[in-house]
Amino acid sequence: MTTKTQEEKASTRDMAGLLFGDLWDYAPAPESTEHVRYAQRYGHFINGQFVDGKDYFPTINPATEEVIAEFAAADEAEVDRAVQAARNAYDGVWSKMKPAERAKYIYRIGRLIQEKARELSILETMDGGKPIRESRDVDVPLVAAHFLYYAGWADKLQYAFPGARVSSLGVAGQVIPWNFPLLMAAWKVAPALAAGNTVVLKPAETTPLTAMKLAEICQEADLPPGVVNIVNGAGRTGAAIVNHPQIDKVAFTGSTDVGKIIQRAIAGTHKRLTLELGGKGANIIFEDAAIDQAVEGIIQGIFFNQGHVCCAGSRLLVQESVVDEVVQKLRIRMESLRVGDPLDKNTDIGAINSRAQLEKIHELVQSGVDEGAKLYQSSCSLPERGFFYRPSVFTEVAQSHRIAQEEIFGPVLSVLTFRTPEEAMKKANNTPYGLSAGIWSDKGSKLFSVAGAIRAGVVWGNTYNQFDPASPFGGYKESGFGREGGLHGLKPYLEVR
Amino acid sequence: MTQTQKKKSNDSSAKKHTKESASPKSPSNGDASQEAQSKGPAMFSASQKQASAPTDQRLVSGGRNENGRLGVHKTYKMWVGGKFIRSEQGRVLSLRNAEGDLVTHYVRASRKDLRDAVGAARSAQAGWSARSAFNRSQILFRAAEMIEARRETLIARLQEHARMTVEQAALEVDGAADRMFWYAGWTDKYVQVLSSVNPVATPFFNFTIPEPTGVVAIFAPENSPLLGLVSMIAPVILSGNTCVVVVENIAPTLAVELSEILATSDFPGGVVNLLTGLRDELQPHAVHHMDINAIASCGGNEAQRRSIQEAACESVKRVHFFEQPNSLEAWAAEDQQSLYWIVPFIEWKTAWHPIGV
Repeated sequence: MTTKTQEEKASTRDMAGLLFGDLWDYAPAPESTEHVRYAQRYGHFINGQFVDGKDYFPTINPATEEVIAEFAAADEAEVDRAVQAARNAYDGVWSKMKPAERAKYIYRIGRLIQEKARELSILETMDGGKPIRESRDVDVPLVAAHFLYYAGWADKLQYAFPGARVSSLGVAGQVIPWNFPLLMAAWKVAPALAAGNTVVLKPAETTPLTAMKLAEICQEADLPPGVVNIVNGAGRTGAAIVNHPQIDKVAFTGSTDVGKIIQRAIAGTHKRLTLELGGKGANIIFEDAAIDQAVEGIIQGIFFNQGHVCCAGSRLLVQESVVDEVVQKLRIRMESLRVGDPLDKNTDIGAINSRAQLEKIHELVQSGVDEGAKLYQSSCSLPERGFFYRPSVFTEVAQSHRIAQEEIFGPVLSVLTFRTPEEAMKKANNTPYGLSAGIWSDKGSKLFSVAGAIRAGVVWGNTYNQFDPASPFGGYKESGFGREGGLHGLKPYLEVR
Repeated sequence: MTQTQKKKSNDSSAKKHTKESASPKSPSNGDASQEAQSKGPAMFSASQKQASAPTDQRLVSGGRNENGRLGVHKTYKMWVGGKFIRSEQGRVLSLRNAEGDLVTHYVRASRKDLRDAVGAARSAQAGWSARSAFNRSQILFRAAEMIEARRETLIARLQEHARMTVEQAALEVDGAADRMFWYAGWTDKYVQVLSSVNPVATPFFNFTIPEPTGVVAIFAPENSPLLGLVSMIAPVILSGNTCVVVVENIAPTLAVELSEILATSDFPGGVVNLLTGLRDELQPHAVHHMDINAIASCGGNEAQRRSIQEAACESVKRVHFFEQPNSLEAWAAEDQQSLYWIVPFIEWKTAWHPIGV
């Protein structure tokens, strides 16, 4: 891991500010992978059975570039089988089942996830590259909590929307991204089932492993066949789901570009749609903020999950009077971030999800340099194999720079400054996105005022990147529409009239 | 913001319009109507009936009343940014009775008018949504009062312009007043009913509130010129949205009457912008407009609905189709008003803050 020279350590300590204890290096502490089980080859999960596919592609561990397993790419015919299975399960079983029993099935899934939490965490980290600390402490507990939360809604839907009659929609087609593979599956599947729908889910092609474990759990829970179907594959498979005439509802989480294609694709159909798309979240630091806490929040906002977070606080807006202090403390804190083996319990920043994503980060960072922003990167050493990127921060960024406008989806922060709250609000809203924002201030009235002015679906005051199954999540503007989580997350899966 | 709008307005769509092609004076509609518009009084000569001094007061507004007095002619204008305007293109369309006689002209809005209206709606949006919910409710209540106050006029106009019987017209007007009154009451309540405090597992205070989406384009119903219009506009604006309404229906003049009602109800200019014209001409410019956040559409044909959905993706617009009830009675029914008609045009904001000392 990071081995610093005495000289570097001394120079770090010369910088006035926080000292996070960089005097000793950590011994490697990798999580054991001995007890995890997975097949070498997966097809699809259709009608309660694992079925073989036709064409297979490998999924690799982005930290080692080694192949973990092979997965099939579903074609239109295989998607059709999955949709038919979901349709039959909806018509024959799930929509007729007593809501209280639906609740108990969903509850079983949640409990089984808790029981297998460690195995799921390890697999998630192997397949996606995120640090085990996060998959173990954030992703998987939230996955279980999500199923448990929505289990309780299944037999209480009439209380969710006062004065309205509610009914399920039918078959939901769901396409999810690679940044939180199992968590996104939970966000999609749990509310859909609670509302009485059946699903066809497609995990991302770089992170399909834990979805197959979810399929196993559905079997173990004795979930009626066809209620949850999971097909593997890439864009073509996703398109086959979206375009299938027997899909009643499409839910997509991913890039704004693909979201727009999907919105166009369902034109002229009766399909409902929810989109959870990209973001360029503003994290606003006022001069009256608790600066040390704010620095921790900035780190959490942009380096959580290597920055592969749609709601990442990737645009830091700092009040001019404190920008030097904030940036200096940020640099010191960044030096202490441990980049490396995602399975190591002390790792803060794991592997970039794929080579393609790593190249995209390189390309956007280069554009930042070319356009005149000032780049600072942590001096940490990176593993020789695998896809890794140094924690990076750009200062002297202008609104027009690509790094201030485009979603980088990596551990790269752009710092802009402002003088007045009005300027901060204006800059925060100066983006087609509207997913998230952070505000740091010790003054309550200022927090409320700025939070009200920002056009974003999630606003964190004096914190960042917090999630909970009871808390609705989703965007304004080109960050999509519909909500996931909480009572509001039920509505996209119900007819409410 | 509007670079991506489609290039030309489609004049051929106008020629298909039955009202227009029925006009004896409009071989090439654009020029003829321009003439009618620009030479004010010449407009009367556009009606062949005018020469023979109609005794039927329902023909040409400003006809003779029961005392033989010649009335003052009224020009039906559009309402944009709080001002009553003619089209910048100076084109008009004709409203005709069953015999094909001219009843009145009304404005045919152009692409530029639509863009101006979107600009006006955008300018008004922040101020409108910043007003207190109570204040907005007072304004909507006032609009209901004004509909009530103009009841007789509106009933007469619906008979003249929409060919309704007096009973139908009364149902339409009373329904419109009641609907505006019903939604007015929601203005300072929907937030309370739809908000939530979320019991998260960590020490945070977490709540979710609705906020207006922004600027909404409304394509008005075809068969209910007043009640249908109010049913579309009220749930959109009560939350703090502003709107641009495109009206092509059996009597677009009623939209103008409604705008005169709204104008005397203390609505700030630009909150509601009413354009009369041809949906086929205006819709492409609205759906491609990058500064419109959401689209509400009632009626329309399959192709129009599809084109809304296709174009909406360019800026991820929210799209909501309202099914058009097929009778006045159905429009007036209670199931045509709902708290959940407000919901398609709001966004949910969730806020987190730590709890601790």
